[in-house]
Amino acid sequence: MHEWALAEAVVSAASEVVEKSGMKKVASINIGLGELQQVDLEIFKFALSQLLSGRLKDAKIKIRKTRARLKCRVCGCRWLFSKTGLDKSSREAIHFVPEIAHAFVRCPECNSPDFEVEQGRGVWIENIVGKKRCD
Amino acid sequence: MIDPRTAIIDERLKNVRNVIAVSSGKGGVGKTLVASVLALILARNGYKVGFFDLDFTSPSSHVVLNIGNEQPKEEKGIVPPQIHGLRFMSVVYYSAGRASSLRGSETSDAFIELLAVTKWGNLDYLILDMPPGIGDVTLDLLRFVQNVKFLIVTTPSRLAFETVGKLLDLLRETKNPVVGVIENMQTQESTWIRSQVEAKGFSYLGALPFDSELEQNIGNIDGLLNTQFGKNLKKIIENLFLKNAFLEKRKVGC
Repeated sequence: MHEWALAEAVVSAASEVVEKSGMKKVASINIGLGELQQVDLEIFKFALSQLLSGRLKDAKIKIRKTRARLKCRVCGCRWLFSKTGLDKSSREAIHFVPEIAHAFVRCPECNSPDFEVEQGRGVWIENIVGKKRCD
Repeated sequence: MIDPRTAIIDERLKNVRNVIAVSSGKGGVGKTLVASVLALILARNGYKVGFFDLDFTSPSSHVVLNIGNEQPKEEKGIVPPQIHGLRFMSVVYYSAGRASSLRGSETSDAFIELLAVTKWGNLDYLILDMPPGIGDVTLDLLRFVQNVKFLIVTTPSRLAFETVGKLLDLLRETKNPVVGVIENMQTQESTWIRSQVEAKGFSYLGALPFDSELEQNIGNIDGLLNTQFGKNLKKIIENLFLKNAFLEKRKVGC
C-alpha cells in the first residue's frame, strides 16, 4: 500500500503544476513508472483514481512503464534489472527505497555495487496536458 | 519531467512541531549518541518524539537505541514503529545488515524517497541524526524541510571545530536557526570552544565530559539515561527543549 503514498505525491505535484500554470481543466497526466521500484500498477492506478479531484478529477491517467537499465561505473557494463534471483525481502526493500539496490545488486561482469540507474528508477510525471484558462 | 516526491514533503511533516537536526559537519564527534539520548530524554518527559537516522551509508543509531527486529508498517505509506517511546526510522530496515554504498545523488534520492513516503503523524519533536559532512543530506534538508532548527555537536579538538565553524557560517548565511553548540567528549577544562562559538555569535550550550562508561551502556536504554553523559545532556537541554515555550508550531508553506 506504499503505492498510495506515491500516488498522493503525484496528485500533489500535479495540483501544484495546474495551479501555477493556470490550467482550467486537465485532459491527461502522463506518468513514467520505472521497473526498479516494482510499483503494483493496479493499486497505483486505483489510488490515483481515488485521489484525483478538482481540476484533476477527469484527467486521463496514462502510465508508461520503463525497464530499469543499470550501468556499472567501474567496467561500463550495461544490463537490465531483473528481480529474478532476489529474495522477497530484498525485492521489498528495493520497492521502498530503490537506492537499496546497491546493497543487493552487483554488476554481472565485475561484481561491483557501484552502478548508475540510467533509467527506470521510480515514479515521475512526464507531462500534464490541459487547457489554458481563456479569461 | 517532474519529480512528484518533493511536492508531498510538507504534507508529511505538517503535524511535526519541531524538527531538530543534530549536526556537526565532522564525523566521530558523538552526534548519534547526543541525538539518541536527546530523543530518549524528550520521550521520557512525555513528548511525542520521532527519530530519523539520516546517515544512509553508515547508520548506527539502531545500535545505540537497541532497535531489535521491529519493522515499519505499510498504511498508505510507511509508518515507523514506536520503539522505546520513539517513532524510529532508518535505512537499516531495508539494507538487511549489508553495506549500502551510495554516491551523493543516490543518498539524496533515498532521503527524498523516505521524506515523501514516511508518515510521522503528530510529533512534538522529530530528531534528525545527521551524517558527517556538509553535503547532499544537509543541502536537501535545507531545500526540502522548512524551519529546521540545528543543534550542533563538536569536540574540544581544533580539527573538529575547523569544520563545525564552517557549518555555523553556512547556517548563518542560509538563515537557518541554530539552537546552540554542545561540546562533547571534553577531557579537560577549556574555554577555547566556548570563545570560538560565541565569537561567531552563537550560543554555547555546555560541555559533556568524556564518559568512559558510555560505551558499555550502548543499547541499554535505562543505562544510557543514567550515565553521566545522559545526566549532563539532560541538564544542558532542560532549559531548551523541556519547556513548553519551545513547542511553538513550525511554520510550513511560507
